[in-house]
Amino acid sequence: MNEVFIQATSLTVTYGSEPVLREVDLEVAEGDLLGIVGPSGSGKSTLLKALLGSVAPLSGQVERRAGLTVGLVPQVEHIDWSFPVTVAECVGMARARGWRTPWITRSERAEICEITERLGLGGLEGRHIRDLSGGQQQRVFLARALFTDAKVIFLDEPTSGLDVRTRHEVLHLLGELNEQGLTIVLTTHDLNGIAAHLPRIVCLNTTVIGEGSPNEVLIPDVLERTYGSPMRVLEHGGMRVVVDSPLFLLDEKSA
Amino acid sequence: MSGGAVLAIDFLKPFEFEFFRNGIIVATLAGALCGVVGSYVVLRNMSYIGHGLSHAIFGGYAVAGLLGINLFLGAGAWGLLAALTIGAIVRSRPIGSDAAIGVVTTAAFAFGLVIVQIYGSNGPNADALLFGNVLGVTLADVWLIIGVSICALAFIFLGYRQLLFTTFDAEVAKATGVNTGLIDGLLMVLLSATVISTMNVLGVTLIAASLVVPAVVARMLTDSFPRMLILAGVIGAVSGFVGMNASYHLDVASGPTIVLTSAVFFIVAFAAGVPLRRRIGVAHGAH
Repeated sequence: MNEVFIQATSLTVTYGSEPVLREVDLEVAEGDLLGIVGPSGSGKSTLLKALLGSVAPLSGQVERRAGLTVGLVPQVEHIDWSFPVTVAECVGMARARGWRTPWITRSERAEICEITERLGLGGLEGRHIRDLSGGQQQRVFLARALFTDAKVIFLDEPTSGLDVRTRHEVLHLLGELNEQGLTIVLTTHDLNGIAAHLPRIVCLNTTVIGEGSPNEVLIPDVLERTYGSPMRVLEHGGMRVVVDSPLFLLDEKSA
Repeated sequence: MSGGAVLAIDFLKPFEFEFFRNGIIVATLAGALCGVVGSYVVLRNMSYIGHGLSHAIFGGYAVAGLLGINLFLGAGAWGLLAALTIGAIVRSRPIGSDAAIGVVTTAAFAFGLVIVQIYGSNGPNADALLFGNVLGVTLADVWLIIGVSICALAFIFLGYRQLLFTTFDAEVAKATGVNTGLIDGLLMVLLSATVISTMNVLGVTLIAASLVVPAVVARMLTDSFPRMLILAGVIGAVSGFVGMNASYHLDVASGPTIVLTSAVFFIVAFAAGVPLRRRIGVAHGAH
């Protein structure tokens, strides 16, 4: 049994009087690659923030292993792309706790180069972050999270706005990092492109509707309760494919 | 005597006067300080805060003068209270920073004005405070700005990465363990100290420009944050030095000449064809 890094118990979070999360129980253990799925407004990002400790719960608790280092990769839509930072400066700012020299030291630069090389960003350290492709930009923020020596990395919609090929690259990279021992928790809207490829999924709509492998939770009943709309699940090449019910019915009619 | 020598003598003449030597030191340091601190202000999209804070502090100055307490202490406490109130409102309520600045600083300014209108003012000359006055610069002002500059440098040196991380991406910085509330609070304290220490030479109505223009010009010239900080400091310092000299020779208030000098930097950078993508305030993204 892997060590439990983060444990949320009966977690309830409200913005104003409305509960965004209600009685959520969730465990993140060492080596997990966990996807949180759900419709817009289901509390996915709030759950990430609560697990990170940046949102205080109304009730319940989040316990983190003492000394656990975490990293967060934000949604790219929230990044100020006009901010004057190069790739190296962006990654380097992450090691900010305690006293640090303002400049990136030689040993830190070597570490940054090693990380950027590992993520396929070698040679781009001096580029402005705006002058990169969508996939490269996503990897810069992943590199920044890795540079904190994080044991757990949280990614908020890591494939949002990316094309299919770049999405596959990011997914492949996350799989590799997880195999190397990194614990990863991500939120995603993308059931077929991302969630279906993850070993463990949590279906969230204010509360946890289902949790388990794709085969266990990508089923019509759980999906309908999560998304509030009927959905069908097809088998294709040994994988589950989720289809909106109206589209499915249209296909049936045309066939 | 050659024309060049006459010009040099004419240029050096004001340096014979102690008030001018004090003024040039304060103006140069004020420009550098405003340039560096202004870089954080501009990148946080809080350009309006310099304008608002200086007005709020003016109110505090007037009230402190009336009550007969130390002007710097009174104005400083007033400005700090306004800055921290803005920070608290922005953090705790869904109100934009521009709206919070508008409400808090104008209210603080108006309160000071009401007190002055009712009871009169024993404070310094209002014109000098509004537009800056080289004659008003004392040795105490020199030491004050040297002290604030040293504190600013120490704060930026010791907290460089935390400041950068909080300015660029406050939510992630907080999530990864940076005390963003403390960093924001200290930056507001530094901003208040900057406004107070530069008020005599720049004037409250023009401090905002000294905070914003050098930083914007520097942003236009580089895509690197440390280079932007250095460039903004240098542009601010040169503007202060040149502007103060112009103030003496043209016999006008020092604030406008310093701001106009930095505006020349902006015009040159703009006209030199700095790529559109680097201009501040333009939304970017390779998506």
